[in-house]
Amino acid sequence: MFQTFVGNIKDWELTIILSSKYLIMSNLLSLSSVAKKIWMSLMGLFLFTFLLVHLSLNLTMITSPDSDLFNEAAHFMGTNPFIQVFQWVLFAGFIVHIILGLTLQFQNWMARPSAYKVKASSEQSFFSKYMIHTAVVIFVFLIIHFLNFFLVAKGLVGEIGEVNIDGVVMEDMAGLVFDLFANPAYVAFYIIALLFLGFHLDHGIQSAFQSLGLNHPKYTPCIKNAGRLLAIVITLGYILIPLVIYFTK
Amino acid sequence: MDLKLKIWRQSGPDAKGEFREYPIQNISKDSSFLEMMDVLNEQLVSKGEEPVAFDHDCREGICGMCSLFINGRPHGPDDAITTCQLHMRKFHDGETVTIEPWRAKPFPIIKDLMVDRSAFDEIIQAGGFVSVSTGGVPDANAIPIKKANADLAMDAAACIGCGACVAACKNASAMLFVSAKVSQFALLPQGRVEAKERVERMVAKMDDIGFGNCTNTYACEAECPKEISVANIARMNREFFAAKVC
Repeated sequence: MFQTFVGNIKDWELTIILSSKYLIMSNLLSLSSVAKKIWMSLMGLFLFTFLLVHLSLNLTMITSPDSDLFNEAAHFMGTNPFIQVFQWVLFAGFIVHIILGLTLQFQNWMARPSAYKVKASSEQSFFSKYMIHTAVVIFVFLIIHFLNFFLVAKGLVGEIGEVNIDGVVMEDMAGLVFDLFANPAYVAFYIIALLFLGFHLDHGIQSAFQSLGLNHPKYTPCIKNAGRLLAIVITLGYILIPLVIYFTK
Repeated sequence: MDLKLKIWRQSGPDAKGEFREYPIQNISKDSSFLEMMDVLNEQLVSKGEEPVAFDHDCREGICGMCSLFINGRPHGPDDAITTCQLHMRKFHDGETVTIEPWRAKPFPIIKDLMVDRSAFDEIIQAGGFVSVSTGGVPDANAIPIKKANADLAMDAAACIGCGACVAACKNASAMLFVSAKVSQFALLPQGRVEAKERVERMVAKMDDIGFGNCTNTYACEAECPKEISVANIARMNREFFAAKVC
């Protein structure tokens, strides 16, 4: 599968991959702790904006009476040249966020080689303690999510039907989604994974602002509340999709 | 009151440490925590045993020498005080009290509950000097400073460098300490001259020594005996960003 995937990559895409690999390896790991955190938060906020776009498109599956609107949106995302270039920027964002997150975590573990016998909880941000754990769940989810949809749409895994909308033949993404969420095991898995995404966002959003130095006596409490609210809204929004599809489609 | 103490004993930096239990009786609830430790040590000495080594100096909460991780919290169960200001009335009769040293790679254990905190001195040294005009005594109001900034600088300067922030942080990060030291200068015009070099050097030294990274859990702020705010960490991040970009 990997061979097919690599075979499909165009020359300019390969240039981007190789140059980003060089940038990542040579510069990213040698950054100072504060610089790593700044990049970590910038990439985190970038990925967060992607979540908003992704959710708004996906919600058309349950808000629109037929699946044409979603299929057209998916077709646009899969064929628009700007989006095709930008998806590599998005992948780079994921890679930078993951590599930095792992580097920071290993350094953190090394900074305390022997643990305390008794540790009372004094953390003020609950999910901050579990960012690496929620991240691992999200990463596993991401791989399965790719195998479920993205790689199927690209013709690398499984099979996908076609639909004809106003004379344009395109992949039946909506059909693929409806088929998957007819299986209650997948619905349950997606809901659990999305809850972990919510936990990650709950700390992540407000933490990004702090790492970027955006702390203010008046606005920081608002940022914390807004971050939590957004984490809840986004998680519920995403969870709604498999649930509604399972019970109605 | 009677207590069961579980204390970390370690004979030297490279020795293998272990918890040992010491029952102690008739401790006044009005005595301080360190006085209770003194009583224990007198008993140990009279029995011919090695007393427990622990750091202490002023015993009035201003020098930053005392430490101790008591029942899972740096400086014990009370908020905004140092161990020397902690009183035995905060514990109940018959309670098991676990006493550990600060645990962090940059704070190696010297003996028992004493750790070497010279890593903090190295960070301060890395910050370098502050340029001041020499000559006669300056006029009191020669350099105007906003009241708000003067207050924030004083709040940051309240840090006594005890290391509770590192001890409390799940990552053993020194960000609260370093940010307080950066902030107390960065907020004042006198400190602006070398502000860029200072933040870069102090952060570089902090990383070099091997402290962990900040994940904004804010445990440091919750446990700081001087209630240093994490707003200082954000300020240091801003200062660092400005130093690199501007």
